[in-house]
Amino acid sequence: MELIGLINYWIVIVLMMTGFYIVIAHDNLVKKIVGLNIFQVSVFVFYITMAKVKGGTAPILAEGITTYSNPLPHVLILTAIVVGVATTALGLALVVRIRDAYGTIEDDDFENQDGEP
Amino acid sequence: MAAAFSSHLPALQVVLALLAAPLCVVLRRPGAAWMIATVITWALLAIAMVLLGRVLETGTITYALGSWPAPWGIEYRIDLANAFVLVLVTLIGSVVMPYARASIPAEIEEPRIYLFYCMYLLNLAGLLGIAITGDVFNLFVFLEISSLSSYVMISLSRDRRALVAAYRYLIMGTIGATFYIIGVGMMYQVTGTLNMVDLATLIPNLTDNRTVMVALAFLCVGLSLKLALFPLHLWLPNAYAYAPSAVSAFLASTGTKVAVYALARILFTVFGGSVLIDDFGLQELLVVLAVAAMIGGSAVAIYQSNVKRLLAYSSIAQIGYMILGLSMASVIGMTAGLVHLFNHALMKGGLFMVMGCVFFRLSSVQVEDMEGLAKRMPLTMAAFVAGGFGLIGMPLTAGFISKWHLIQAALEKGWWGAVAVILVSSLLAVIYIWRVVEAAYFKPPPKGAAEISEAPLSMLVPMWVMIGMSYYFGIDATLTLDITTGAAETLLGGIQ
Amino acid sequence: MSPEQTILLSILVPFLGAALIPLTWANPNIRETITLITGAILFYLVSSIYPVVAGGAQPSVILFEMLPGLAIAFTVEPLGMIFAAIVSFLWIITTVYSIGYMRGHDEQNQTRFYVLFAIAIGAAIGIAFAGNMLTLFVFYEVLTISTFPLVTHHGTPEAKRAGRVYLGILLTTSIAFQLVAIIWTWSLVGTLDFTQGGILNGKVGGLTAAILLGLYVFGIGKAALMPFHRWLPAAMVAPTPVSALLHAVAVVKAGVFTVLKVAVYIFGVDFLFSIEASQWFLYLAAATVLIASLVAMSKDNLKARLAYSTISQLSYIILGAMLASDLGVIGGGMHIAMHAFGKITLFFCAGAYIVAAHKTEISHMHGIGRVMPLTTAAFLIGSLSIIGLPPMGGLWSKWYLALGALESGHLVIVGVLMVSSLLNVAYLLEIPFKGFFAGAEDNPEPQAHHEHDSDHDHRFDRKQPRQIKEAPLACLIAISITSAGCLILFFYPDPVYNLMRLIVAP
Repeated sequence: MELIGLINYWIVIVLMMTGFYIVIAHDNLVKKIVGLNIFQVSVFVFYITMAKVKGGTAPILAEGITTYSNPLPHVLILTAIVVGVATTALGLALVVRIRDAYGTIEDDDFENQDGEP
Repeated sequence: MAAAFSSHLPALQVVLALLAAPLCVVLRRPGAAWMIATVITWALLAIAMVLLGRVLETGTITYALGSWPAPWGIEYRIDLANAFVLVLVTLIGSVVMPYARASIPAEIEEPRIYLFYCMYLLNLAGLLGIAITGDVFNLFVFLEISSLSSYVMISLSRDRRALVAAYRYLIMGTIGATFYIIGVGMMYQVTGTLNMVDLATLIPNLTDNRTVMVALAFLCVGLSLKLALFPLHLWLPNAYAYAPSAVSAFLASTGTKVAVYALARILFTVFGGSVLIDDFGLQELLVVLAVAAMIGGSAVAIYQSNVKRLLAYSSIAQIGYMILGLSMASVIGMTAGLVHLFNHALMKGGLFMVMGCVFFRLSSVQVEDMEGLAKRMPLTMAAFVAGGFGLIGMPLTAGFISKWHLIQAALEKGWWGAVAVILVSSLLAVIYIWRVVEAAYFKPPPKGAAEISEAPLSMLVPMWVMIGMSYYFGIDATLTLDITTGAAETLLGGIQ
Repeated sequence: MSPEQTILLSILVPFLGAALIPLTWANPNIRETITLITGAILFYLVSSIYPVVAGGAQPSVILFEMLPGLAIAFTVEPLGMIFAAIVSFLWIITTVYSIGYMRGHDEQNQTRFYVLFAIAIGAAIGIAFAGNMLTLFVFYEVLTISTFPLVTHHGTPEAKRAGRVYLGILLTTSIAFQLVAIIWTWSLVGTLDFTQGGILNGKVGGLTAAILLGLYVFGIGKAALMPFHRWLPAAMVAPTPVSALLHAVAVVKAGVFTVLKVAVYIFGVDFLFSIEASQWFLYLAAATVLIASLVAMSKDNLKARLAYSTISQLSYIILGAMLASDLGVIGGGMHIAMHAFGKITLFFCAGAYIVAAHKTEISHMHGIGRVMPLTTAAFLIGSLSIIGLPPMGGLWSKWYLALGALESGHLVIVGVLMVSSLLNVAYLLEIPFKGFFAGAEDNPEPQAHHEHDSDHDHRFDRKQPRQIKEAPLACLIAISITSAGCLILFFYPDPVYNLMRLIVAP
């Protein structure tokens, strides 16, 4: 029962680990950014999950509604999403320039081309 | 009117730079962008000094952003610790900006120069924001503003290796920031607040709560990534080595320092510092990592042939000094850490500026290309020697003051091993500084070396101002020590 | 002018001189005149403090606060007075000598040489007048750094290697040991002021005191106590005036001076006597005296031999400090003065041999006395003073050291002093003996060949007409003054002795 009640948190953890693994394990720069996105999304889910109050609805003043979900984490995560988008955009822009400069986006190849360890 | 203006000074610290940044993009002309960035930085320095003076006079200043009262709104809260960091950041910026005018065109392509100034201003806004804010989530936002702009600044270099370095920094930095918000989220989950002062009243009673402890772990790891604590430092050497020199000078002396401050803030203000002393192992962990950084960073620095990378590894070691001081959780240890934060910023900033001058004439910062350079660029290399003394910790340099306090703090704790490590690390510094000095002073210039002269005056003067300050604060350290001792007492307020 | 102003001025003057010298780089005459004038002013200033100190006062001045509660401060006490007087007086003499030597030898970078020399002197005066251990440490490191380029003056690979050893040992010991000792002292007793009777007395336990003593004694690498003596022979690649003033007087004396200061004003004689560890260092110093003398005998290079002789003589002073008796301290303090005059004479002579005869090895110096009689006679005087024979000043310091050893009941040390004197005779008198008496009979080559290859012959032939080829006049003047000093100190040791008495019985 508890397992199902916490399903969101399990999803968060699975997503987080998946994303993290991709970032670490893949040499392809674009895949790394995909991994990074998955990693960040898990945090967004985490924030939204913790804002949920059982039986609560959107925090709008209306007749007969007394329980609201906490709006603050939603606001926070909106900011985090913006940051995430900016990071992704910047990361991809860097990848484009790296491809222009090196002709590859595989992480292993740069050192060989620059002749350094 | 004047009174109203002066009461909004805390907001101006962040807003000025934030507003000026797009202005650079609109104007596009490098000269105009430089002018804006310089004037804004100087104005911010003036404001930061006024704020510091006010804090010294009347104590902590609080400022409710948009007049939303804390803990609902975002609160800016300036005590000695962050007023000190504000002054440091703006001071470094104020010296680096005049230097950048000549240095930046040598290392960034002309059409991109205005972008550098835009990014610099955003970075400045971010760093000042981290320092000034009293809200843990707001801190995350500023952390990312400063980080994203750093990635861009690094990638602007003509050297293509800078792109890869910036990319790796981006990946590591984002992971760090994400760890940080996970930690913030967990704290919020337990306490329902994001305000540091509010948290500080709630968290210390919750140290046996597992969520809070996991939050602490996430916060520490996240910030450690940002401040390049060993072994999470891997992004730093290449980023500083291949970034334009003015960028390296600015970031090395502010970026990691502000992250150190943020860590101190979280550990001591939010968690009350008791987590360090309690039987939790965090103190031991931090000490071990700091020690590893001090020895490892210095040892690796010895083997670098790229002098900027050498300085970057040296920074990793010096960050170890700061973390060591911090982790002692005593007033004198914290003072040592904070004063070293300031002193190291001056020394390392100055040294990176030296390398900018070298690059300006030589288009290289490899040790073997610097052979015989002392004859050709005597003022520049003299500055390197002077700054190097500081890293070693010779008396009369600011580095000596830091070391004096750090050793004293370690003795007070009876940590003999730490004393030994501090000394070994300084002796290793002798070796890596020595390698460069020997090449520059005792080797003949390589055959067919181009005739080169000194760097332009507009670079030499700021460089020497920076080095000169590191001596001034080494000879008369009463001012910095008064402020840092006060700051340390503020941060440690929770323990005493 | 009040004594306080004089103190500050006498520290400032050498640095001012150093700042002025580069402005004259085009003109060697003006450059050397400035150095001489600076030296004269400095000596005048230092000697004008003497009556005050001899009268029992200890003028003191605080320059500024470096750390909260810890200032850069100067106090002139008798021991510092002696050291400062010697350094400032011998600086003038050495400058005269340098003019002859550097020009005669056609050295490079002479301006840099004079600038750094002046800075080193300023640092030495700063050490002499330091009012607390922090001030002393600051100037101690300034001295290390400023003398380093003098050691590597020639820029050859050999000089570079020597420079590495020099800087390596001096920096390592001072950073790794001395600094820790200073900070530890500060955190234990909360003061670093040099105080009559010591500041550690009664505040620390025996073990802590022993470790502190070790950190201080080994941390003062300039005192060249074995096993941290290697830098001194290495430094001998420097031009001879550097070896003479810095590595026979200013730098090494700064080291032993610091040891004496620590013994008298940080530990206090009585407290030091009560620490068992002082005995270990006493015997370590005694061992250094003997071992260094033996090594000196094996050295053929004259400057290397003198360097080891210096190591041995320095340990006399450490010995004096570690005897922890009044007479021992008096002997140690007097030996600073006596040895300074003796050893600088010897180094001046060694330099004169290099300039005039281009000889550095003792085995090549047969018959040199007949070519350079004045120099060799001065060498004899210097040697006698080092050995401690009358009528030379060296007698007095050995006398008091021996009395001090008897006073604290260390008969072995008396024996060490005697054996060491005999060893001194063996390795020092060899040079004037060979110079005056050895000659053709040592020369296996038939005489006929001499007309052809006399140019690159190592020896001077007794049968040849006596061609006197002395060192440059400036060198000779310097040598005569210092060797006269050895004699004068025999007849008038009172100023030095009286000052030292003030330390032990104020």
